[in-house]
Amino acid sequence: MTQAPLSNVPNTAGRFGPFGGVYVPETLVAALNQLETEYTRAKADPAFQLDLNNLLGTFVGRPTALFAARALTDHARSLSKSGEAAHIWLKREDLCHSGAHKINNTLGQALLTKRMGKPRIIAETGAGQHGVATATAAAHLGLSCEVYMGSEDARRQRLNVVRMELLGAKVITVDSGSKTLKDATNEAMRDWMASVDNTHYCLGSVVGPHPFPMIVRDLQTIIGVEAKHQCLGAFGALPNAVVACVGGGSNAAGIFYPFIDDHAVALIGVEAGGAGPLLGQHAAPLCCGEPGVLHGSLSYVLQDPAGQTADVHSCSAGLDYPGVGPEHAFWKDTGRVSYTSVTDDEALDAFTLISQREGIIPALESAHAIAHAVHLAATMRAGQHLLVNLSGRGDKDVDEAHRLIEARKP
Amino acid sequence: MTNRIDDIFAKQRQSDRKTLMPFVVGGRPASGSLHGLLSAAHGAGASIVEIGIPFSDPIADGPVIAGAMHEALEAGVTPESVLEEVRQARKDTDLDTLALVAMVSMSIVYRFGAEAFCKRCAEAGFDGLIVPDVPLEEADQITPHAITAGLTTTFLIAPSTPLDRAKHIAERCTGFVYMLARSGITGEQGGGPSEQLANRIAGLRESTSLPIAVGFGIASGEGVRQVVHNAGADAAIVGSALVRRLEDAPPGDAANQAVGEFVSSLASGL
Repeated sequence: MTQAPLSNVPNTAGRFGPFGGVYVPETLVAALNQLETEYTRAKADPAFQLDLNNLLGTFVGRPTALFAARALTDHARSLSKSGEAAHIWLKREDLCHSGAHKINNTLGQALLTKRMGKPRIIAETGAGQHGVATATAAAHLGLSCEVYMGSEDARRQRLNVVRMELLGAKVITVDSGSKTLKDATNEAMRDWMASVDNTHYCLGSVVGPHPFPMIVRDLQTIIGVEAKHQCLGAFGALPNAVVACVGGGSNAAGIFYPFIDDHAVALIGVEAGGAGPLLGQHAAPLCCGEPGVLHGSLSYVLQDPAGQTADVHSCSAGLDYPGVGPEHAFWKDTGRVSYTSVTDDEALDAFTLISQREGIIPALESAHAIAHAVHLAATMRAGQHLLVNLSGRGDKDVDEAHRLIEARKP
Repeated sequence: MTNRIDDIFAKQRQSDRKTLMPFVVGGRPASGSLHGLLSAAHGAGASIVEIGIPFSDPIADGPVIAGAMHEALEAGVTPESVLEEVRQARKDTDLDTLALVAMVSMSIVYRFGAEAFCKRCAEAGFDGLIVPDVPLEEADQITPHAITAGLTTTFLIAPSTPLDRAKHIAERCTGFVYMLARSGITGEQGGGPSEQLANRIAGLRESTSLPIAVGFGIASGEGVRQVVHNAGADAAIVGSALVRRLEDAPPGDAANQAVGEFVSSLASGL
């Protein structure tokens, strides 16, 4: 018997292997069913696809470029014992309108919101990129928009708060718990429980109850589809490896998914190693966590032994989350994707490196992928190709990165 | 072995009486409070008490219960410590006729393992289990283990739940079903039940003989009266309104007194 391809998930119950599912109060089930039905129809509707593709082309600026990162490749060679290194290629999601891959998802979900006849959209945000992308899509498509953001994140990503407000969205800061992404997600879910009739909850990553992990993955898959085509054009082959950072995991899912059944392509997800390996110091559930239920699905989570969600830490607000998408848990357990982590310090080094050597200021999230990619390329042979998802730009991070870099100086 | 919850509802039905089911947060207002609170609630007219096991991310709960859970966790309350308080309270034979239901997130149940968790709850002295973030689709992960352990399991039915789905949910329940008076999160807001609630209850009666408990938004004796008499529910569940009073009261006798007085006022609506 041949095995079903790994890409053939989730099943109708929203399961990726054992992971995923629908762990939500009954109040939300009708809305999730409606969303799944509407999404299935939209996916098969050429008019919906045309609307979305037009927006992605003329509003977002897709396709985003594939960029040969020669200075990073040189740097990898300098680290290599053999003096050889793989060519590093960057998928430039940082060039998307509004600054990151997040807009690929929010435009799709905003169009679905319109199809469902709902006038209001809400979102959670960590780094503020998903909030900005939701506010952008809402402004463009005439939806009213409210974004929940932890007060700690609102402090360290102040620029994005201002952007959301300029776009006409209301930003609601959340002071409960750790005051970061997890708590913003709780509040957005609570809002939705009281507002499902007229509101769509635009989840920002491949997390949450079914059908969200599937929908967000599908909407982000354009990253990998384009990159695959671009690689064939640029060097006539698939890349030997693909590297992406993983918080909730949407940019990684988007670039990995089209390569999932290409078993010769190594896929590596990079989590936030934060300040160290102890519980509370990092945000690396795939590397350090265990299976558990959080925010509506079963996946790897960082919890204490009693099942309480653990505190997490990362210099990057977008990675500062104790859970991860269930499809990543599936990919981990099947061995299809390997997961590693990069510390705050390593990410800051990579942030500086790519800024100064390539002239690209990356998001702190994406700097985690760069940090690992440079070291991985140094272990690979000349003539091999390493594709990295540069998921967002670093404009939002300049104050925080400057503060962190200054604080490290002796 | 019969279950206390089944016994209580059977007796209430025989005598055409209604049931009051207050909710408290385990470990609040202080560790060790539970026995006194249960005695006070029982004495004031509660037949069943729901005990919420504090969880760090209770997405179905409004600020009052979520806040109380946060305080409990800050004070070091754990699922184990709540089970231990139940075990201690069960030594009091005056509470033999009081049924206890654990309200707990799937995050905690999964971590223990559903089978082990159900067993531990039953051993500690719980009679029933509600896992509010487990809908019909995932119910089989709980129900068989609860039945084996001798616990009733109750799943939620929301205003947005279509009637045929509500029937399927009721089929998975034992003990009683839990119908939400309104959508949204736990809290005192929402006022009395609508005609719609009465219709939903009547509709569900056609396909289940289980008692129907109604919660969310009930905050007074008048609210209880409307739910059990006007809308026709078998039981009224009151959470946030009681938890708020407990959070405001100093632990000890004052808290017990606050519970006794408030539960009495709720029971006046039965």
